[in-house]
Amino acid sequence: MPHRLLKYGFSDHHPEPRMFRDVKHLKPEYDAVIIGGGGHGLAAAYYLGKDHGVSNVAVLEQGYLGGGGTGRNTAIVRSNYLTPEGARFYQASVELFQDLSRELDYNLFYSERGHFTLAHSPASLRTQRWRAEVNQHLGIDSQVVDPKFIQSQIPQIDLTCGGHQPPIHGALFHPPGAIARHDAVAWAYARGADRYGAEIHQQTAVTDIEVRDGAVIGVHTDRGYIKTRKVLSAVAGWTTHITKMVGLRTPLVIYPLQAMVTEPLKPWLNHIVVSASLHVYVSQSSRGELVAGASLDPYELISSRSTLDFAESMSGHLLDLFPCLPQVNVLRQWAGMCDMTPDFSPIMGLTPIEGFYLDSGWGTWGFKATPISGKTMAFTLANNRDHDLIEAFNLSRFERCQLVGEKGAASVGH
Amino acid sequence: MKILTCPLNGPRPIQEFHYGGEFRPPLDPAQLNDADWGQEVHHRHGEPGVKREWWYHTASGTWFIAERDNLQDRVIQTYLYTPERGND
Repeated sequence: MPHRLLKYGFSDHHPEPRMFRDVKHLKPEYDAVIIGGGGHGLAAAYYLGKDHGVSNVAVLEQGYLGGGGTGRNTAIVRSNYLTPEGARFYQASVELFQDLSRELDYNLFYSERGHFTLAHSPASLRTQRWRAEVNQHLGIDSQVVDPKFIQSQIPQIDLTCGGHQPPIHGALFHPPGAIARHDAVAWAYARGADRYGAEIHQQTAVTDIEVRDGAVIGVHTDRGYIKTRKVLSAVAGWTTHITKMVGLRTPLVIYPLQAMVTEPLKPWLNHIVVSASLHVYVSQSSRGELVAGASLDPYELISSRSTLDFAESMSGHLLDLFPCLPQVNVLRQWAGMCDMTPDFSPIMGLTPIEGFYLDSGWGTWGFKATPISGKTMAFTLANNRDHDLIEAFNLSRFERCQLVGEKGAASVGH
Repeated sequence: MKILTCPLNGPRPIQEFHYGGEFRPPLDPAQLNDADWGQEVHHRHGEPGVKREWWYHTASGTWFIAERDNLQDRVIQTYLYTPERGND
């Protein structure tokens, strides 16, 4: 058996079909190059092929597929945002997500759980009410609920937080809030993009971008030069590396955000629970692990290191909410790099450089936007014009001082 | 535990400090048109490299400048702000 396994490992002829072709060589020229093989980049490649018939596309990934923000988030999908621009955009994403397993013919473990955003003060309850009103106006299922309802839905929660924190006054409840298997989203989009002809190149880092007369003409990689007129940067936490290559100034700064999972438990937590005051959000994965995320690290850092400080404070706050967990072990912790914007909305679409498109500013809210950002960025690349849904998120909003203030809807207090 | 050196109090644990963001020379609104003003107000130097940043030592109420590599998380030096050193 080990001998057969070894032979299998070294063989080029695998009985199982690959998810996508293993293209050995870069072509000298592509119609579009997508930097970043995460969910967003792969979704853009998929919709370029599916919606716009653009198939001569390369997705360049410096590491492995879904190894960045896509595989490091806490996999929450929701649309109960604060601004009409944001809520409309994320709602379109949720609607795509709901049908995505079928469309991509791949089980994404999309599981609607119901999403509670806890309010620990009257002020916070006011913001929740504001969000509920905006959401309902746009047809999004979202309402403010009282502590009794929270307790009835989540019997294990301690509404007094053990007296260590301000008690829970109520919550914003968003029934369509869901979790999904984030790696599978990247793989399924990769397979879909591949079927439409896109090439996926892993272990291929972009080292420079060639711009002449204000327009993109090519991309240097550690595997050679590629000619192209269109480059999409879909690299989230690495965006400032890329914008430096083309000399573009943005408000983006990178902060690590840490998360952790516990050992698997029997199913007991049906919902997704978020507390901004306690800097914690938690859900139970389909494997039974509790997946918990925190707020951003306290200072800017382009790194995915994790810290003991985080594990300590996160565990403490988790116990404030769920005093039933002291015996549960933490299995692992990690960090992801978040490209933060000052208004907590993404930066998408055209840039002052012709042929250079940004899909960035995904901070702590990128995973849920994977399908819609792929779809709208594909439209934007194909037509060289911002899709209606993302017009408000263009980089130029900062020089016009027309920010899209989404801070009140960020899952955790930043 | 990460240690940061306060120019007044010496090496202290990082939990005693508050991050104040990138050091940016004050803007002169009279010198800038609206678009440039919008850019200067919002844009930052988020690319990897050594940056000068404001830090605050909470226990003693001291604001100071740290030169820090934002990729390696290595502090090169810390010093109190002076107009000469702050603006170079």
